[in-house]
Amino acid sequence: MAMSIAHRVTGVGLYFGTALLAWWLIAVASGPTAYSTFQSVAGSWIGRLVLFGYTWALLHHMLGGIRHLFWDLLYGLDKTEREWMSRATLFGSIALTILLWLLTYFFTGGLRS
Amino acid sequence: MSTSNMRTPLGRVLGLGSAKSGTEHFWKQRLTAVANIPLTIAGIVIVIALLGRNHAATAQILGSPVIAILMLLFVISVCTHMRIGMQVVIEDYVHEDKSKLALVMLNTFYCVAVGLAAAFAILKLSFGV
Repeated sequence: MAMSIAHRVTGVGLYFGTALLAWWLIAVASGPTAYSTFQSVAGSWIGRLVLFGYTWALLHHMLGGIRHLFWDLLYGLDKTEREWMSRATLFGSIALTILLWLLTYFFTGGLRS
Repeated sequence: MSTSNMRTPLGRVLGLGSAKSGTEHFWKQRLTAVANIPLTIAGIVIVIALLGRNHAATAQILGSPVIAILMLLFVISVCTHMRIGMQVVIEDYVHEDKSKLALVMLNTFYCVAVGLAAAFAILKLSFGV
């Protein structure tokens, strides 16, 4: 129940977040000035917070979606399996988000503004 | 055949049901969901690899054929998926006919605009014009 609404809420968040992906691509295609505007917004603390939330929503929706695909194939429907998969979706998405951000900072030095 | 069945033979053969669109949305949502899994992983890896780079390097890498093709597939699959998903949300919560129609339209406009803008940017980087 709670996980079902979380899937929906993350989906709606990602829906609007896709505009940020489009902005990034358009900024790169437009040239260095537009790109540095994007970088200064994305690199600000609020920009980083939005990107961090976006990463979590993406991973949560992806893991939740995989759970739905299993259910479509009639796997994982009994009580213990459902609860196990709910926890895996929640904690897996949080762990993967933190891991991805740590990797980003290690390999690219983070977002440069 | 049951005499109480009110459906016409043509209706049964077409199998489109009361919404007249059959299982098209159901199927497309699952098709793009499966496609989104590898494409999202590829997309995240590409974005992370590019975040710390300067404009020239980012533009060059995004425009290289393999990266551009992956990003195009990612954008098309994601925009198709989110259009159907948002339509389901609208149909679940908005019951007044005119506002529902308006929002379903707006949803399509938004998804097409975002998808086309992103695809255009990727193609522009690839063809270098």
